[in-house]
Amino acid sequence: MSRRVTVELGYPGDTRDVTVEIPDGEPVPWQVPDRFELVGRSTPRVDGAMKATGAARYSYDIVLPEMLYGAILRSPHPAARVRSVDLSAARRLPGVRAAIEIGNDQARFAGQEIAAVAADSSDIADDAIALIKVDYEPRRFAVTIADAAASGAPSVFSGSNLDKPKISSKGDVDRALASAAEKIEATYVTPVQTHVSLETHGAVARFDESGLTVWCSTQGIFSVRDDLAVYFNLPPEKVRVICEYLGGGFGSKFGARPEIVTAARLAKEAGAPVKLMLPRGDEHLATGNRPNAEQTVRLGADRSGKLVAIDLVQRGSGGVGGGSGSSGPFKMVYPCDNIRTSETNVYMNAGPASPMRAPGWPQGCFGLEMAMDELARSLHIDRLEFRRVNNTNPVRAHELDLGARAFRWDDTKSALAKQTGTNRRGIGVACAAWHALGASGPEATAIAHRDGHVEIRCGTQDIGTGTRTALAIVAAEELGVPISQVASEIGDTRYPFSLPSGGSMSAPSNTPAVRQAAAHLRDKLFRIAAPILGAAPSDLEARDAVIRVRFDPSRSVAFKTVCRRIPGDSISAQGERLPNYQEFRPDQAGCQFAEVEVDTETGITRVVRVVAVHDVGTMLDPLTSRSQVNGGVLMGISYALFEMRRMDPALGLMMNPTMDDYKLVGPLDTPKIDVIFLDVRNGGTNTGVLGIGEVVHVASTAAVACAVSDAIGVPIRELPLTPDRILAALEHA
Amino acid sequence: MNRFEVVTPADVEHASAMIAKPNCAAIAGGVDVLDLQKLGVTRTATLVNLKPLAAMNGIDEKPGGDLRLGALVKLHEVAEHPVIRKRFSAISDAARQAATPQIRNLGTVGGNLLQRPRCWYFRNPLTNCLKKGGDRCFSVGGLNRYHAIFGGGPSFIVHPSNLAPALVAFGASAHIVGPGGVRTVELEKFFALPSVDPHRENDLKAGEIITEIIVPAPARGARSIYIEAREKQSFDWPLVSVAAVIVANGKTVSQARIVMGAVAPIPWRVPDAERTLAGMAPSEENARAAAKIAIKNAAPLPDNGYKVKIAEVLVRRAILGAASEAATASDQT
Repeated sequence: MSRRVTVELGYPGDTRDVTVEIPDGEPVPWQVPDRFELVGRSTPRVDGAMKATGAARYSYDIVLPEMLYGAILRSPHPAARVRSVDLSAARRLPGVRAAIEIGNDQARFAGQEIAAVAADSSDIADDAIALIKVDYEPRRFAVTIADAAASGAPSVFSGSNLDKPKISSKGDVDRALASAAEKIEATYVTPVQTHVSLETHGAVARFDESGLTVWCSTQGIFSVRDDLAVYFNLPPEKVRVICEYLGGGFGSKFGARPEIVTAARLAKEAGAPVKLMLPRGDEHLATGNRPNAEQTVRLGADRSGKLVAIDLVQRGSGGVGGGSGSSGPFKMVYPCDNIRTSETNVYMNAGPASPMRAPGWPQGCFGLEMAMDELARSLHIDRLEFRRVNNTNPVRAHELDLGARAFRWDDTKSALAKQTGTNRRGIGVACAAWHALGASGPEATAIAHRDGHVEIRCGTQDIGTGTRTALAIVAAEELGVPISQVASEIGDTRYPFSLPSGGSMSAPSNTPAVRQAAAHLRDKLFRIAAPILGAAPSDLEARDAVIRVRFDPSRSVAFKTVCRRIPGDSISAQGERLPNYQEFRPDQAGCQFAEVEVDTETGITRVVRVVAVHDVGTMLDPLTSRSQVNGGVLMGISYALFEMRRMDPALGLMMNPTMDDYKLVGPLDTPKIDVIFLDVRNGGTNTGVLGIGEVVHVASTAAVACAVSDAIGVPIRELPLTPDRILAALEHA
Repeated sequence: MNRFEVVTPADVEHASAMIAKPNCAAIAGGVDVLDLQKLGVTRTATLVNLKPLAAMNGIDEKPGGDLRLGALVKLHEVAEHPVIRKRFSAISDAARQAATPQIRNLGTVGGNLLQRPRCWYFRNPLTNCLKKGGDRCFSVGGLNRYHAIFGGGPSFIVHPSNLAPALVAFGASAHIVGPGGVRTVELEKFFALPSVDPHRENDLKAGEIITEIIVPAPARGARSIYIEAREKQSFDWPLVSVAAVIVANGKTVSQARIVMGAVAPIPWRVPDAERTLAGMAPSEENARAAAKIAIKNAAPLPDNGYKVKIAEVLVRRAILGAASEAATASDQT
């Protein structure tokens, strides 16, 4: 059974009516005229105090009786055949309870897992690691794109280190470029960036009569469960994965990664629980990274400034992994009739890439937006105007206007044209796009207890974005109770299924399931309340912690009083996330503006201020949303100015796998960040919430890089924008 | 991590006797000592805890105006001490810009002077570099963007101490207690180039402990400054730092001491540049000339030529910064 409803979607100034068919029991999508108690207001994180006081339990905090400590031996060679692994001396060390070979007979990067031990203490485990004798046959290696792509380069796997180029093409780029009134060609280079999650990777694993239980730092408890079930040949229901709290992942914590499998293998071999959390250095070497990229970009435009051709020839390396493509922004940000992209993944002897916050996009956005700036200058068009001319997305057009006003683009530009002295300021703007509508699949349970408190259960996990808070806001709004009355229970595969927290999927995928569950629970409570109020259940509403008659609010009963009539201890209802119906827009825009100051004598740069403008679908909580934008912007500044995996090409080693040498943005490098949100009732689901984890990071690096080039009057086409590069660019200006 | 024992000495002489034994070393704040133990760069079996030795603590202004800094004084105490801020501001500025608040709360004056180099080849457990007993300095032909532009060879580390250039600029000395008794050495002569011995950065002998630093009272009209350039502003090592002490009488410089940090294996004093300034007005033009002289012997590696440019800029800025304060002070007195 279903019904057709017409909803008003969009944002003030641009709304339209959309008719969608929704099943019975599915709440009507939130729409423009809806007014809320909690949705859209700043709600402090429901678990903030737990985190601040240390009460929140991360995988690192798990301690089990009889628990052992695991450690992994990693290859010191960037390339070597492993002829033999001798664990006997390690096994003989008192306190060692298990020693295993990981099973890699070829080491393809320095840091690859070779063997592991579990022992009574982590000190003993470290000692045992040192006693493992490995007979390596070192081989030739390549740790830079140039070395790996050179003729005669040693094969990382077998044969060529270059994948076949991935080509996508529409229109006739060559012809359009030939006839373009103005064109530019330049190559933009980005480094490998590592994730540097605050909590390192790892797990605590225990086998017992109920099966395998794993506490791990993961973005996807169900994907870990499924991987482990296959690995250990167990039915999935015999594997329980728990992640109460997670100290960041940024894309590097999907599935049963080697350290999780190793913890479980050691636990099985030792017959005791094993904790295996990685040391910080291993994070840089082996748990993932954003691939580097060399992007040769050609853009052509007509006299009016309309892009007529976009051409990208890119190669990049995810080390021993793939996924180095960066063409997304070239295809999706500025519509153009003639677009061609060619992407080639290069393998080299370095740690494998893994998805990282908007995979491919920050580097692609850097290449595209730097080229846009260079072309705008050739055309003598204002750089912001050039974006406006080539933007066809009405939401982004509005965002560019809002941002330009808040940033005072024109005034700042005029003021900077008159600047003198050795400290030079510059401004930049860059556009973002993403597709964060979420997906069907998640389910949720809503439970009302006799004491009046409500529990939401959903098998998602909080990567740090405030998932518990988001789910509680939705449930409390639907049930008309204060958020303090709602508890979000997540991070356990015993709870209803949900998806991994990646791809900006969590909020848009989970909140509709929670809202539906809460609506079903509310309907059950209405059936209990109806006789008390002498009204039909369909005439009731839940607001302000009471259930009342919609047309006569004086007839009400407290929510808690209704709960006391629950016959058992509690009642519960299920909700599911349905496939998307029609949205206001199928995509997500965004733009960021940056002002920087460069000391042109030392090359040292600081970001002065950033204005970030983003559409978020239905705004759930400005507080956590702003926190996400701050994080995206800071990560982008860090990538623009500081971060780089530095490999010694002769040794094949990463020389900066420490928090000291791997340079990350810090408090004193933090600019003023103004965030402007566009609350767009997007439809598509009953909440219309969009994920913003990635879109808020896409444009940050590009905006800063464009501003730096503006400040010094010459483009710098390689990241990070360190003093040596800035001084060299100024010298050649 | 390597296991080790921590023992507590009765007094400085006892501590000295203990660390004179093989496989023993001193620990105070522990910031660098524990890092090196964790990395396996050192595998010291016994660490002698200096922290209870009260005689090595305290900041005192002596009757003649000399400053005494106990070796156990914490960096944050140096950064905030009113006398140091007023009369030896380069020293408090240097302490304030080091590391992070947490580290400044633990790190000591002695530890800051004796910390080992930050070179990523020295600290990487997989490389057996010259300083660790190997036969080559991997920065040569390797990644050398942060390495020495002066005084390098055969090792190209830079001295990491923030305090050292400031203390050398003030002509400070170290009191050292060792098995052979007590000696005092000017800090300028205490640090040692790798051409002397690539395995150490200073002249401290087995069993010796720096107990205190004596900074002589600056001349009347002296003003000092410490500035540094770092890639990021939170928790980073300087690319270049400069400490300058300028004595000005009226409109001319009577004496200048200029010492660079993070550019050489030791704090790098530039006497030629100092002499250029003597008797001259501390003008932009003269500061520029002195700065040019300060870098004239630079011998950068392939990746660190930019540090020479930064060094020149910072020397000029330090001269002008210190001189403008000195001029003000001179007008007032």
